[in-house]
Amino acid sequence: MELTGKERIWNEYQKEIAGDNYFYARSCIRQTFFPGSEWAYLDILRNKLNKQVTEDPRHTTCTGIGYHTDVVPAETTMTVVARHFALMTEAGCENMTPSCVTSFGLYTEILETWKHHPEIEEKIREFLWKSTKREFKKPANLAHTSDIIYKFRNEIAALAPHRLQDVHTGRPLRGVDHIGCHYAKMFPAQGIGGAEFPAVLSGLIQAWGGETVDYPERRHCCGFGFRNYLVMANRGFSVANSKKKFESMQAYEPDFIVANCPGCAMFLDKWQYTLSEMEGVTYGPNGFGIPVFTYEELTALVLGYDPWEIGLQMHQVAVEPFLDKIGIAYDPAAKYLNSRGEPMGQPACPTYMKVIK
Amino acid sequence: MNIVIIGGGPAGSEAAYRLAGEGYTVDLVEKENSIGGNLNNWYQLFPDRKPASEVVQGLQQHLNHPGITLHIDTEAIGITESAPGKFSVKLSNNTVLHSAAVLLATGYKLFDAGRKEEYGYGIYKRVITSAELENLFTNHSLATVYGDTPQRIGFIHCVGSRDEKICNYHCSKLCCITAIKQAIEVREMLPEAEIFCFYMDMRMFGPGYEELYREAQEQHNIKFIRGRLSEAAENINGQVVIKVEDTLVGKPLRMSLDLMVLMVGMEAAAGSGTLAGSVQIPLYPNGFIRPADPHTGTNLTARPGIFTAGSCTSPMNLTDTLTDARSAAWQIKKWLTGPDKQ
Repeated sequence: MELTGKERIWNEYQKEIAGDNYFYARSCIRQTFFPGSEWAYLDILRNKLNKQVTEDPRHTTCTGIGYHTDVVPAETTMTVVARHFALMTEAGCENMTPSCVTSFGLYTEILETWKHHPEIEEKIREFLWKSTKREFKKPANLAHTSDIIYKFRNEIAALAPHRLQDVHTGRPLRGVDHIGCHYAKMFPAQGIGGAEFPAVLSGLIQAWGGETVDYPERRHCCGFGFRNYLVMANRGFSVANSKKKFESMQAYEPDFIVANCPGCAMFLDKWQYTLSEMEGVTYGPNGFGIPVFTYEELTALVLGYDPWEIGLQMHQVAVEPFLDKIGIAYDPAAKYLNSRGEPMGQPACPTYMKVIK
Repeated sequence: MNIVIIGGGPAGSEAAYRLAGEGYTVDLVEKENSIGGNLNNWYQLFPDRKPASEVVQGLQQHLNHPGITLHIDTEAIGITESAPGKFSVKLSNNTVLHSAAVLLATGYKLFDAGRKEEYGYGIYKRVITSAELENLFTNHSLATVYGDTPQRIGFIHCVGSRDEKICNYHCSKLCCITAIKQAIEVREMLPEAEIFCFYMDMRMFGPGYEELYREAQEQHNIKFIRGRLSEAAENINGQVVIKVEDTLVGKPLRMSLDLMVLMVGMEAAAGSGTLAGSVQIPLYPNGFIRPADPHTGTNLTARPGIFTAGSCTSPMNLTDTLTDARSAAWQIKKWLTGPDKQ
């Protein structure tokens, strides 16, 4: 493989990312699946990088899941997103940073649609005014929050007490970067590195001392596919997609997976359990799975956050083998204690996949 | 009377020879350091497997005609018309050539395979272009950059052609027959190898092409799969893993290859647009020069006195290019001997 070829593509796909004063749009599902991720992101931006981040509790879903499953009409989706832009405008911000890859893709798609069809934008402005009496300015800068972390990856590396290296051997850890389909597959120019060889997460891994794994099914969807999962009859198809990816990456013995899409991180984590129950297979060494992190979690880990404070006990695949490699201290007894130190219950053990309780 | 010909490929060289034979003086301008154009990159020609070097040598010999002045390593950067039928061609060395007629024979350029990012050209070392395969033929070795002899080879048709995604809607015409020729050449060098061609349509428009297509299937065991490559990746053994939909069987197909050959198409040369633009000659949307009329005005342009020959107007094989060049020479002679020129 010729890395210079990739670097040429990466250089062609760079985009302007605002340096400060962000309006933050939360994901519908990230906080449920990975409850510490968004908190960690905000804490890192505000308290480690000293950036201004504004959010508004009136912010709602972008309807992306409904839109992509054909149950929410496009006009409704655009009006809801227009309201998000209105909240951003009312907050005095102009740099929109959605946490969710689908929201990012949807915002991009809507702004592109309006660029080519200003009459649709006018119609949506009218809908928003009639329904909420709100007006808005379009974002001056739109970036996914993983773009923001990518922008500051070197600053984070300078602050980080941990490197993505095995502290026992000095070996760079091998990371699989999984990019959500809606990040750049629809609009390659809007993604760092484009759609085919995206660099938004591999750039983080490399900046923090790790190695990225380029495996044959790297571009393949995690299997969420919205309707694949949401319609129960299709759910086997969702699992099959993830299985294809795991089998493809397993030969490279990755130490971890990092994803920038809330759905991808969830499915790549949870389906490992499902597959182990269905087929008795595990994809990590010694009966463990391959640990899966959101990019916020990975950033927080290299910056020295407590694993349980950022919610890693909610993962299906055990993260402890990764923590041991990278040299992060943790209290095993505190894994299932809540913030008041009270036991919050423990999950049942899988039949085949090893976990640490 | 003097004629300036821009482009020393087969079209420009052939036209120069024909016009010099008619008693005209010709300035032939070529930006590279030798004539022959893209033909220099080819080993053998379809359908008769004539060595390309023989054709180039023939063209070169013709250029020894005393009426031809060859300007190599020199680029034409603009044309002006001071009066009807009086042209000045400015060269990159600041020389200005004056002529009564100008022939644009700027040819084509091969599609940059790196633009089809999903195919991994320039990243996966087992992915090469059809032009690079010709170079391997010239060196009589099909060893990959890893030193091994490929056992499974895939030819990917229509790379950079008929592709809305990269805004090339046109068919390059020649890639189908080139792939067949190359597949047969590979078969002759590697009798035990598996050879596949992945195509959209087989466009066998020239004499002997369809016969060669049949020969490839019947005598050389080359397998043709109708389906367009969606993406290529690299597996842990360094092989190229491809995903294709076999549209005849109606099933997706995944395969690992030791060598993947991208049949790169033809695009308008950058010089065509610059030179045509300098004298307000319109282009087709794909960048090739638009003739005065696609049926009755080939070789002619919207600007009287400026003519075209060869693949600067559309993808063209060598046979048609040479024929077109002779036609252009005849059109130029007709223009220069017309009633208003006497």
